[in-house]
Amino acid sequence: MTNQTDFITGYSPAPESTNLIEIKERYPLFIKGKFSEPQSGKYFSTINPATEKKLSEVAVANQADVDFAVKSARNAYKNVWSKMPPKERSKYIYRIARVLQERGREFAVIESMDGGKPIRESRDIDIPLAVAHFFYYAGWADKLEYAFPGRKANGLGVAGQIIPWNFPLLMAAWKIAPALACGNTVVLKPAETTPLTAMKLAELLQDIDLPPGVVNIITGAGDTGIKIVDHPDINKIAFTGSTDVGKIIQKSLAGTQKKYTLELGGKAAHIIFDDAAINQAVEGIINGIFFNQGHVCCAGSRLYVQECVAEEVISKLKDRMDTLIIGDPLDKNTDIGAINSKMQLKKIIEITQSGKDEGGVLFQSKCTTPKSGYWFKPTLISNVAQSSRVVQEEIFGPVLAVQTFRTVDEVIEKANNTPYGLSGGVWTDKGAKIFKITKQMRAGILWANTFNKFDPTSPFGGFKESGMGREGGIHGLYPYVELS
Amino acid sequence: MKANQINIANFRQTPVIDQVGVNERVSRLNSRSIKKTSKIAALKLALSMIDLTTLEGMDTPGKVQQLCIKAKHLNHGISDLPHVAAVCVYPSLVKIAKKELNETSINVASVATGFPSGQTNFKTRLEEVRYAICEGADEVDMVISRGKFLSGDFQLVFDEIAQTKEVCGNIHLKVILETSELSTLDNIRRASEIAMKAGADFIKTSTGKTKCGATQPISLVMLEAIKDFYQKTNKKIGMKPAGGISDSKTAIRYLVMVKEILGNEWLTPTLFRFGASSLANDLLMQITKQQSGAYQSADYFSKD
Repeated sequence: MTNQTDFITGYSPAPESTNLIEIKERYPLFIKGKFSEPQSGKYFSTINPATEKKLSEVAVANQADVDFAVKSARNAYKNVWSKMPPKERSKYIYRIARVLQERGREFAVIESMDGGKPIRESRDIDIPLAVAHFFYYAGWADKLEYAFPGRKANGLGVAGQIIPWNFPLLMAAWKIAPALACGNTVVLKPAETTPLTAMKLAELLQDIDLPPGVVNIITGAGDTGIKIVDHPDINKIAFTGSTDVGKIIQKSLAGTQKKYTLELGGKAAHIIFDDAAINQAVEGIINGIFFNQGHVCCAGSRLYVQECVAEEVISKLKDRMDTLIIGDPLDKNTDIGAINSKMQLKKIIEITQSGKDEGGVLFQSKCTTPKSGYWFKPTLISNVAQSSRVVQEEIFGPVLAVQTFRTVDEVIEKANNTPYGLSGGVWTDKGAKIFKITKQMRAGILWANTFNKFDPTSPFGGFKESGMGREGGIHGLYPYVELS
Repeated sequence: MKANQINIANFRQTPVIDQVGVNERVSRLNSRSIKKTSKIAALKLALSMIDLTTLEGMDTPGKVQQLCIKAKHLNHGISDLPHVAAVCVYPSLVKIAKKELNETSINVASVATGFPSGQTNFKTRLEEVRYAICEGADEVDMVISRGKFLSGDFQLVFDEIAQTKEVCGNIHLKVILETSELSTLDNIRRASEIAMKAGADFIKTSTGKTKCGATQPISLVMLEAIKDFYQKTNKKIGMKPAGGISDSKTAIRYLVMVKEILGNEWLTPTLFRFGASSLANDLLMQITKQQSGAYQSADYFSKD
């Protein structure tokens, strides 16, 4: 009986309570400040990936629903939001931030149930960062003239926003906060596997009396997303997701007046030099790739270790991987939760297998995985090359491809040798080396002696196939304003 | 022997430590939630790892005797209680403690080598170690020459520890680094390596006589040094944080660090100790709370 666990054999289960949360049986569409039945008449289920049990169902938005949502956003823009003094807009965004902060625990629990991520992360990272984004952009709302000195910043109109399943609420915050701060109204579509925190956010927006139509949240699969992208009355598209879908969106936006930002895939190089603080670097590698089960676009999925410390680093890495606790996402001691969906698990298994077939050597954590639900053990693949599929393709799972290098030039060439360019990391004890290396790396976000650190004041976005435009910081205001 | 066969450790090139990374690791470990049966097990384990300590100028034979009695009988109300690992006193009181603890498996530890500052000549310090052992000490806690360490004379620090260990023989030697005086984590790592290579059985954070005792980041660096040393030499060195650990929550956090950095093999009094005086009562209070569901007043726990 696991309840009898003593300290030596393991930690007793410490699940976060689900008593304080409320998940309705079904969530209609949130349009014009109200929950209304979809004109499609259809609903689909959202499940808990750790148990495969149904949590709730959400509506499918068809063309008529998208039209209705965009119309309501347009009206809110014309009649209310664009006319409201920026100071008042700011107050609303502050209210979102404050109430979200108050209900942090509730959102964290639902995020973990719907998406499979460990409660430690949803509680300590996802929700607090989402709150921080609302606070940060609330501050900008009435100070846009200082962000763009000498120019006048006007909102664009209606922003269509399509967000991914890896950080559902956080991505909603990244999208909604700057849009509202700049005076735009929003039609947001959460990912089909993780719609619940967005629907809870809709309830929160009702509670704080946000004027109807300023934020509309509609659900559905990729089909609904395309209808938002193609809608003629939308002024700006913000998308975070895969590079494949990003390309489709970019094609469909070509020739239109719509502004867009795309935040797409990545295959970050994580470089460890021999003069790095090795024990801390190992922890950085762990955070870099196993954070959120590796469902992170900026995950440090390509590890490059300098030859003379490679053996030591890899051996320590394996040791550390064996201490990771995989299991119930709601348990406070869980390090690695469930894979977000069956489809994603299939993809991870398939690419990992291809790594093995190409001669890669696999190491997986000793941990055992629960019987039901979708799980994948933390995995390290060595004996791979730049030409290996596991090095080239984004896996979006807890799989790390390891290579070694000798010289600085060599590692920079390898690091940049990818169609992606979202993020990267360098570990060395020499300050000058950090600047020398990172200057030559073609990636939008670079970390030195740390990894996967986020802050609302810091711009985030990619080079090359990792996307265009920046979110966060002053840079994150540009995509949502027209300057005159 | 040819010169190139002599393997002299170069203490100027010990691994570097990133302080930000260390603090992050500590805070992540601190997010572990230890509940129910694993909590009771951890509390009892912590109790069994205590070096019950009294190191005051006003210590009397009577006080030491009382402390020893407490070491043997922590609390009569709780069943299945372990006893503490050792009683730690000044050399002049070792005999009293030894007499009281003779029939038990509780060790007598003695600080020596000019504790706490170590500011006397080395011959005198060694003499003190010999005296403590003659009086019956099972374990000796020595201090390193921090001044010499900070001035860069690592070889001298190494030699002093090695010679002290020679005097100790089979007697367990704990080497106190006095981390609060070493100022950086890099120095703490370096001092840990010097002590381990010179023959320390345990490395210990602090004397408890300076402003700052053991902290988790410092202890993490020392635990990682122990791990690296083990992987290179297959020798298991013990760890003793001391000073400032007075409540159960902190103690459990230390045990989590040991468990997750070094593994279960180190979760034994032979390889991990707490140097503490008031921790025992807090652990007893928490164990009672876990069993009865209610907190007792401090008056229900003996103060010796």
